[in-house]
Amino acid sequence: MKKKILFSLKSPYREQLDITGFKFGHGKKSMAIVGAMRGNEVQQMYVCSRMVQELKKLEATGRIAEDCEILIVPCVNYYSMNIGKRFWAMDNTDINRMFPGYNLGETTQRIADGLFSRLQGYEYGVQLASFYQPGHFLPHVKIMDTGFTDTELMKDFGLQFGIIRKPRPYDTTTLNYNWQIWETKAFSVYANATDEIDAKAAEETVNAILRFMNSRGIVSVKTHPGYLTELLDESDNIQIQSEAAGIFMSSVEIGTRVERGDVLGKITDPFDGEVLSEVRSPVSGIVYFEYHSPLINEKTVCFKIIK
Amino acid sequence: MIETIASVGLAVNEKLNIQKRRIKNGKSKTRLSLVTGTHGDELEGQFLAYMLGSFLDEHIDMLDGIVDIYPALNPMGIDSITRGIPMFDLDMNRVFPGTKDGTMVEVICSSIVDDISGSDVCVDVHASNIFLKEIPQIRMSVPTAETLMPYAQKLNVDFVWVHESATVLESTLAHTLNTRGTKTLVVEMGVGMRITKEYCVQLFDGLISLMKYMGMWNGEVHEVREPIVSINHEVGFVNSAAAGIFVPCANFGDTVKKGDHIGDVIDPLSSKVVEKVEAVCGGLIFTLREYPVVYGGSLLARILEPEKECAES
Repeated sequence: MKKKILFSLKSPYREQLDITGFKFGHGKKSMAIVGAMRGNEVQQMYVCSRMVQELKKLEATGRIAEDCEILIVPCVNYYSMNIGKRFWAMDNTDINRMFPGYNLGETTQRIADGLFSRLQGYEYGVQLASFYQPGHFLPHVKIMDTGFTDTELMKDFGLQFGIIRKPRPYDTTTLNYNWQIWETKAFSVYANATDEIDAKAAEETVNAILRFMNSRGIVSVKTHPGYLTELLDESDNIQIQSEAAGIFMSSVEIGTRVERGDVLGKITDPFDGEVLSEVRSPVSGIVYFEYHSPLINEKTVCFKIIK
Repeated sequence: MIETIASVGLAVNEKLNIQKRRIKNGKSKTRLSLVTGTHGDELEGQFLAYMLGSFLDEHIDMLDGIVDIYPALNPMGIDSITRGIPMFDLDMNRVFPGTKDGTMVEVICSSIVDDISGSDVCVDVHASNIFLKEIPQIRMSVPTAETLMPYAQKLNVDFVWVHESATVLESTLAHTLNTRGTKTLVVEMGVGMRITKEYCVQLFDGLISLMKYMGMWNGEVHEVREPIVSINHEVGFVNSAAAGIFVPCANFGDTVKKGDHIGDVIDPLSSKVVEKVEAVCGGLIFTLREYPVVYGGSLLARILEPEKECAES
């Protein structure tokens, strides 16, 4: 293993920002894994740190394939993590909306450029992604359908679901989209939590990435076989919006199979406790996303169901 | 008449309401919409909205048409000095056109688009952010320039910046409305978290002139300035190479030559100048950094080069 500084940026008042990568193996650029790009993505950083541990063991026992190089970048934006911000602390811009970056541009464009120049050329790329709303996801893998994608590859992760997303305009400046345009087969892997550590989901994610690497011949490792991944178009998810605002109590867990009409949760008045709304499933299926916060606004997506 | 065009319940005893004021007179259905407050830290449009509404109240008989004023598309942001939408940390101007069955923000954006659509012209007023000060200008993409330019020239701005299209900008309110046939002009002026009264007055004169051009104003108008149009001009970007405190020595609106000293980046701890900042080209400084703390890459100034001679074909 080699620990390398991939990009540095001077700050007027803090220690220099050093984006650090861990390289395993030698030769062909086989796989890059990127963790936290935002200051609240603690779970994403944790999954990467666990990957470093696992790859250290595999390297020590000669189980990284010849002519394969693996790069892990646990955390890009630790400046924001250390001060409890989500985006770049100076101007609140999102590094994951700055790719492919620009070396003569604004600060976060330069960070994206510096990082992307070190992430290009890998055959496979994994970004540990998060969602902007507080909530829990079933661990899953997602691919952006840019026209350069082989969606079947998602099955090699052995997660329950592989989601195909049609990119929206704002997706075109993400790492994942640009990785694909630059011919890296890129995946977003969701490890349930964001600003808290869910150790069980993290282990499931680590196993899924190792399973993928094993099936692509990058490492030799035995993991449990995983799921027969179901591939779905993201637009086929059923989103359930809250019909009232107040205190939100969920009564199901992610991964639960529910029937049409089942009560999934309730919303009560924050002052007098009266039930304002019962959230019922309009379809039978599996709960794949659950809103996770005590307070909820009206018209908020509180559950997503896979039919 | 004040109308609520979108309303969503917030968790505890409150609603998020997006409101507009409709002012109408005469028989004409010609409609101008003035929209502002998408970014909660941009306040220049607040005074402009007040100026236009109060002026029309006093001179209503001169109006022949409909003026809709939307002062705050992101009221929670303005109320909490937050650029994006509080709680979600989302830039509202990257969520349009929204959708009726999406998240709360998408639902609100969808209602806003539905309400403004059908206006003959929409003027979407932004200030700069807290970091930069801008001269009053209109920004438009190349594909929309031919349609929008006659309207832009009435708005009394100093500069019209025609830029290349970018896919990411397809999520803006202006792109959405232009795509749906509502001619939408984006104004940038001043600086974030402040009101620059002279710019508001300048754009107010422009709005009245635009209304005259649209045939919905029977009163007098002031002569408007002819804007510099960026076509045949280059824009030079001055970005900081060092981290520190930027102290300009040139002024906003100055005309400089290439290589002129326009400021320094200093280090207060070592008492050294860490970067002498020079003009990358000659021309007019139309953007200048207001917020002193900089990192490598922070934008310090934009310079508009003089018009290029067009070669004869």
